[in-house]
Amino acid sequence: MSRQMTGAEMVVQALKDQGVDTIFGYPGGAVLPIYDAIFQQNDIRHILVRHEQAAVHMAEGYARSTGKPGVVLVTSGPGATNAVTGLTDALMDSIPLVVFSGQVPTFMIGTDGFQEADTIGITRPCTKHNWLVKDPAKLSETIHQAFHVATSGRPGPVLIDLPKDVQFATGQYTGPKLARVDHYQPKVKGDLDAITKLVELIEKAERPVFYTGGGVINSGAGASQLLRELVDATGFPITSTLMGLGAYPASGKSWLGMLGMHGLYEANLAMHGCDLMINLGARFDDRITGRVADFSPHSTKAHVDIDASSINKIITVDLPIVGDIGHVLEDLLKVWKARGRKVNKDGLAKWWHKIEEWKKIRCLAYTNSDSIIKPQYALERLEALTKGRNRYITTEVGQHQMWAAQYLGFEAPNRWMTSGGLGTMGYGFPASIGVQIAHPDALVINIAGEASWLMNMQEMGTATQFRTPVKQFILNNERLGMVRQWQDLLHGGRYSQSWSESLPDFVKLAESFGWKGILCRDPKELDDAIMEMINHDGPVLFDCLVEKHENCFPMIPSGKPHNDMLLSADAEAFRGGAALV
Amino acid sequence: MAALNIKKGSSSHSAYDLRDFHSDIERSHTLAVIVENEPGVLARVIGLFSGRGYNIDSLTVAEIDHKGHRSRITIVTRGTEAVIEQIRAQLGRIVPVHEVHDLTTEARAVERELALFKVTATGEKRVESLRLADIFRASVVDSTLESFIFEITGTSEKIDAFAELMRPLGLVDVARTGVAALARGV
Repeated sequence: MSRQMTGAEMVVQALKDQGVDTIFGYPGGAVLPIYDAIFQQNDIRHILVRHEQAAVHMAEGYARSTGKPGVVLVTSGPGATNAVTGLTDALMDSIPLVVFSGQVPTFMIGTDGFQEADTIGITRPCTKHNWLVKDPAKLSETIHQAFHVATSGRPGPVLIDLPKDVQFATGQYTGPKLARVDHYQPKVKGDLDAITKLVELIEKAERPVFYTGGGVINSGAGASQLLRELVDATGFPITSTLMGLGAYPASGKSWLGMLGMHGLYEANLAMHGCDLMINLGARFDDRITGRVADFSPHSTKAHVDIDASSINKIITVDLPIVGDIGHVLEDLLKVWKARGRKVNKDGLAKWWHKIEEWKKIRCLAYTNSDSIIKPQYALERLEALTKGRNRYITTEVGQHQMWAAQYLGFEAPNRWMTSGGLGTMGYGFPASIGVQIAHPDALVINIAGEASWLMNMQEMGTATQFRTPVKQFILNNERLGMVRQWQDLLHGGRYSQSWSESLPDFVKLAESFGWKGILCRDPKELDDAIMEMINHDGPVLFDCLVEKHENCFPMIPSGKPHNDMLLSADAEAFRGGAALV
Repeated sequence: MAALNIKKGSSSHSAYDLRDFHSDIERSHTLAVIVENEPGVLARVIGLFSGRGYNIDSLTVAEIDHKGHRSRITIVTRGTEAVIEQIRAQLGRIVPVHEVHDLTTEARAVERELALFKVTATGEKRVESLRLADIFRASVVDSTLESFIFEITGTSEKIDAFAELMRPLGLVDVARTGVAALARGV
């Protein structure tokens, strides 16, 4: 069998050999040969998007819900530049993507040709690595290397820029087994001495806390399983970043809820007051630490991360362990068990007593209403009515995202897709389509604000065309809610440009694309409306009109430490009366 | 909590080391970065420094192994211990970077720079420039009746000192290569 083929055929063959079943893309002049090769096969399904940014977010949703790399194909120039936001989003959240961009022919590079852009230069800082392939003989090997780099070590997006003449040229195809990937082999096993030291700390700690992040999810389902075993066996409390939700189940007895700027009171105070912090695959992001100088002042800090550059970047730690979470947890459990499964029981009992006191604040309490839907209430009802189903949640960015993280419970990893690091409004809708493509029978819900949702609303056509029954649950407050909240708290209530003017009639908009539209404004009708959404076999645009001026609490204002939280008025009053802290 | 007290800091060699990451003292470090010689690799390194706000005092790059496609980038940078550690780690995660060595802390290193100085002078100043060049073991590589080009190699400090002396004698142009450095011993 001849392995001679054109560059375009190599792309398709390499994708098949990498086990790719779906790609998200948009054609254009510089990728026509690849689109021709796609036309002549049936193994790889192409999802035609309406804008390249959405293609990348869909691939992110696909990747995060499956653990497999997402694949994107865009044309040169504007196709590539439109992909930049998605690439940056995936880089910040460590999502494995392989993006192919077309390029003008090699002999035209540098001439300001039609739809030419310096894609390699533009995407260099927003990819884990990128390649311009000028030699057809190197094309197939480069693609295999790209998959290796995207998925090894700390995952991330990579891009391959393909000049049109390379797509037409003929060359020898190299299979994945023959591709050289040896020089990029990140370390996955943690240092055993350091792991033993961590076990010693675990045995003695009086006030320990696990602080886990997206690294646990990225490490695979095995890592989440090991984490559950370790947390349940030690009885240590556990909190997680926005990115790590689901690694430990929300119904687990040691779960404190999310931490950080809009994290739970008990989670943040546990971080502030602990004597041993065990960071597993989180990166001390500024939304987590608050004021660095006052961050968890009395704790010994251990940090397990696959990326050595995450260690001591923001917070200086006492015990760094570079390695893959799954491998490190496996070794940690072995050593801890071999040494007799010891923990400081008396210390822990007192620590849990203190945490239970903090929980009595009920920091997520809010004043409900008979006449208007509170966003928190909407999410509580959505949680109650969808719990236990085969459910995947995506979100946009803003207040609704934080409320979703607070009020929804995640029992398994890879069920929660949100833009954490970059905070990309417009992420959730396309991501939900990507998730639904990967899981056709699941209930996929995007929790959105109306402003974020409008940023990629063009993808309604994609959802209709590919019959993805995604549910768009829009908490419509006719405001850029989080911007409004900051203006309320920090800018004297001067709401500069933070309202949504000239909104569409969402029901009519839905119907114009062949969707179902639901409008709900009465709390008494909410349950029925949510059930109608769930039971509809097709995409639904749910316009949930909510209280316009609700703020999201708890909140650690920028530059404040963890023990300086703003609580909602209700929780504040409770704290005043009970004087718990 | 005395039981949990352990030393601060980290290194790739053991779980702990004694360096003080809280130090505010900035120091010059010479880093040797061995990279795959592929298009754009220098842009990745420079982009890292500019994107994350690190300083570059000097930078040299050349292929050192044609068959193995290896280039060596020598960077002189400045920062606190914590910043230097972060720069090393960030360099280490660039895919075509094979090795990163901090020649200032890992081993005593030989550091050399080459410079060309053009001095235009006549009379006593011209003679004095030749005399000083001799003391600095600089050699004349071009001369006219009114000018010399001196070639000098040495540490950056030596070249700085030579430049200071030549300035009043008619120094009009300087070209420096930046630092090349190798660890001493085996």
